[in-house]
Amino acid sequence: MKHHTVTKGFTHQNQKHDSAVKQVTGRAEYTDDIAEPAGTLHAYLGVSDVAHAKLNGIDLSKVRDADGVVAVLTADDIPGANDISPTGRNDEPVFPTEKIEFHGQPLFAVIAETRDAARRAAELAEVDCDVLPHAIDPVSARDAGMPLITEPLKLERGDIDKGFATAQNRIKGQVTVGGQDHMYLEGHIAFAVPGEDEDVVVHCSTQHPSEAQHMVAHVLGVPSNAVVVNVRRMGGGFGGKESQMNLFCAVAAIGAKKLGRPVKIRPDRDQDMTATGKRHDFVIDYDIGFDNDGRIEAVSGEFAARCGYSSDLSGPVTDRALFHADNAYFYPHVRLTSRPQKTNTVSNTAFRGFGGPQGVIAAERMIEEIAFALDKDPLDVRKANFYGDGTDGRNLTPYHQSVDDNIIGRVVEELEESSDYRARREGIRAFNAKGGILRRGIALTPVKFGISFTATHYNQAGALIHVYNDGSIHLNHGGTEMGQGLNTKVAQVVAEAFQVDFNRIKITKTTTEKVPNTSATAASSGSDLNGMAALNAAEQIKARLVSFAAESRGVSEDAVSFGPTGISIGTDVVPFDKLVKEAYMARVHLSATGFYKTPDIHWDRAAGKGRPFYYYAYGAACSEVTIDTLTGEYRVERADILHDVGRSLNPALDKGQVEGAFIQGMGWLTTEELWWDDEGRLRTHAPSTYKIPLASDRPREFNVKLADWSENREMTIKRSKAVGEPPFMLGISVFEALSMAVASVADYRICPRLEAPATPERVLLAVERLKAGA
Amino acid sequence: MTNIKMTVNGKSVSGEVPDETLLSEFLRENLRLTGTHVGCDTSQCGACVVHVNGKALKACTTLAASLEGAEVTTIEGLANGGELHPMQQAFNDNHGLQCGFCTPGMIMTSVDMVNRYKAEGKELTEEAIRDELEGNICRCTGYHNIVKSVEDAAAKM
Ligand code: FES
Ligand code: FES
Repeated sequence: MKHHTVTKGFTHQNQKHDSAVKQVTGRAEYTDDIAEPAGTLHAYLGVSDVAHAKLNGIDLSKVRDADGVVAVLTADDIPGANDISPTGRNDEPVFPTEKIEFHGQPLFAVIAETRDAARRAAELAEVDCDVLPHAIDPVSARDAGMPLITEPLKLERGDIDKGFATAQNRIKGQVTVGGQDHMYLEGHIAFAVPGEDEDVVVHCSTQHPSEAQHMVAHVLGVPSNAVVVNVRRMGGGFGGKESQMNLFCAVAAIGAKKLGRPVKIRPDRDQDMTATGKRHDFVIDYDIGFDNDGRIEAVSGEFAARCGYSSDLSGPVTDRALFHADNAYFYPHVRLTSRPQKTNTVSNTAFRGFGGPQGVIAAERMIEEIAFALDKDPLDVRKANFYGDGTDGRNLTPYHQSVDDNIIGRVVEELEESSDYRARREGIRAFNAKGGILRRGIALTPVKFGISFTATHYNQAGALIHVYNDGSIHLNHGGTEMGQGLNTKVAQVVAEAFQVDFNRIKITKTTTEKVPNTSATAASSGSDLNGMAALNAAEQIKARLVSFAAESRGVSEDAVSFGPTGISIGTDVVPFDKLVKEAYMARVHLSATGFYKTPDIHWDRAAGKGRPFYYYAYGAACSEVTIDTLTGEYRVERADILHDVGRSLNPALDKGQVEGAFIQGMGWLTTEELWWDDEGRLRTHAPSTYKIPLASDRPREFNVKLADWSENREMTIKRSKAVGEPPFMLGISVFEALSMAVASVADYRICPRLEAPATPERVLLAVERLKAGA
Repeated sequence: MTNIKMTVNGKSVSGEVPDETLLSEFLRENLRLTGTHVGCDTSQCGACVVHVNGKALKACTTLAASLEGAEVTTIEGLANGGELHPMQQAFNDNHGLQCGFCTPGMIMTSVDMVNRYKAEGKELTEEAIRDELEGNICRCTGYHNIVKSVEDAAAKM
């Protein structure tokens, strides 16, 4: 018999993004591209121009009278609850009724015949309010006596007082870490089409269709079964569309039901940036005790975050900052606390890494402090503090989960070698010793990132597979596609399960009609959860086909197997189509729902103990920069990355994730600056003033490798590991390299204590400070 | 209202539109050519780039009425029947996209870039590609595969 080559499109292959051809030809459909039925109306938000005030009333008469306006929606038009708080804390109104809590807060929505008319009319409201004092950052808000927005977390292990008492050295410091706007290229958008009875269908760009569905039902005062939320694909999400789309879905749905006409809402970029949440900025106070070899003895840290006016996801985000405040390092005695601080700013939200990166920054700052204090290579301090292997009593995290899959040592060593870190560091120090205006810096930083939602119940997923009687396969799962290639990976899993060509599988939009009660596509969990759920569905259908095949040919089930040429039944090989048709004629059920829940995880938040993470993903990056000490400008000369994705489901897509995440992480710590003025108004609210990396900002030399020897110890989908968030923190190597370059101006005697983002301005200030001998 | 007439993707089109209608709106709403994306509405992101009389232009800040008689090509008009343009093929082959929202604008800018360099007989270096892409932002890819795609296509165009 002729040998066939392996069918393309299975797992561990470089399958192209399933929508690539549509995307390069402009035929891929995003929410704004859906054909609008006749009568479609357009909504726009009217927003506040003060940061904090008692709201007395809004005169909307001019708005209502404006050309093209059909209706104005206020809190009075909400038939159900005026609340879209994703965690049920009831602290996030669709439209406020008593107080204004941030500059740019949506107060009402105009609905008009055209988007332009709605936008113009939204400017005409007269807001009657008594302005109150405001505080926009976590320190001034604390000093003003503003409350925490949600319960803080404490993680504690060992005996911190004893740790500090016996440590040979102790340093206290503070680091400020800026926030970040998501700047997904496709902004927020929702398009609601009313149906009969209480029904409404909302097409939108959310990472969390089930939550949007529940929120729409909640504000409409109808059961969830009246609401359908559809997401074909997003033009980027990065966490910014996890909870933040709820507002737009709610407004579109309320308008559509009230007026009986379809309503679309798409804010412009400026409103998208001012009215929706961002990455939390943090002020972190740390205190470290360490020995003369640079080994950490004790760590205490307080993590204060700008959470904004409502809790949104700030609880789990600030929790995750603590979960990652150890990065890859063992702290013998540790106490970490969070301060989720209420502020008069937009409510901050999820963003790739979900607080984790801010925790990692703190860990890396402490390493730097130690290195400068002891005049050591920071890499040696890093290595001296890595988690152990379980035999040396150095593998327990501050949350009492043991690190059992530690590969950070090997990852870092391989990268150290391949990037030629040591020799380059020597060369750079020699170059800097000449005392020129240009200074260089190099840093190699590790990442360890815990995978799973820390809210354990989110770690579940569903899928739905239909095999039609012509042998074509329809695949649906609860995850959403935002460019990460989730649909492609899940389809690869299903193609392999049935041993059919990838193209036989049609991946359809995510819809709450097909898979209910899904979790957000977040926490890097997309393929871990949905891949398993889809595999579970496929296995059920396969099992039915196997028993049918065995019975129909009178052989045992052991004699039936799926292969790329078809299904072997005894000595027969039957093509997939043919067997499916036969099975259909014999009344075999060819549809299945799959389900998966991550095993073995548990978390007791009150006790600060448990196993919140199923496993860890690892990586390391080595970056080299040059700074101009007269202007503070810099560029990244080279970056080398080695990243662990277990056994990659799709190396090409995973490398793309690593590259994109690195650049995004670099942007967060370098050029992306959110700037609020004294009025509490965000002044960097468009790409003109808020600078994300451009093509020219990318490292001159960029070497990205996956650790192809790695395999997940846990039984994840095909032994792969999650990839969405962990590589984001590789960008920290750029920040650390900048710090090293700055340090050279004071001969590496002083830790530069750079603040993030290290804009050229901040780099220059740090250079000046160090030159003055700060 | 203004009566406008132009050629879009080789077809003559006309329509009566409000004076302030943007080219991006005319293409997306009147002609239903939704491959031209709007990312920022303000000339900064490049998602809306199309070709007008053979040159790249941001459609989100161009008045449709100013293009009377112009030849417009959008991403939908780039492929030759069923055959992808080399730039489209290269973005597909080199994984030059993730969410795909920036992709049409990236491709249109890149085609113009390669054409210009070829016409002027200049060498299109990697560095030049990066600099030429300054008006197009991508939040997903980190640009690595985008630059590779442009290099790949440039060799074939
Ligand atoms: S939409 Fe035209 S440049 Fe952004
Ligand atoms: S692929 Fe998403 S913005 Fe470029």
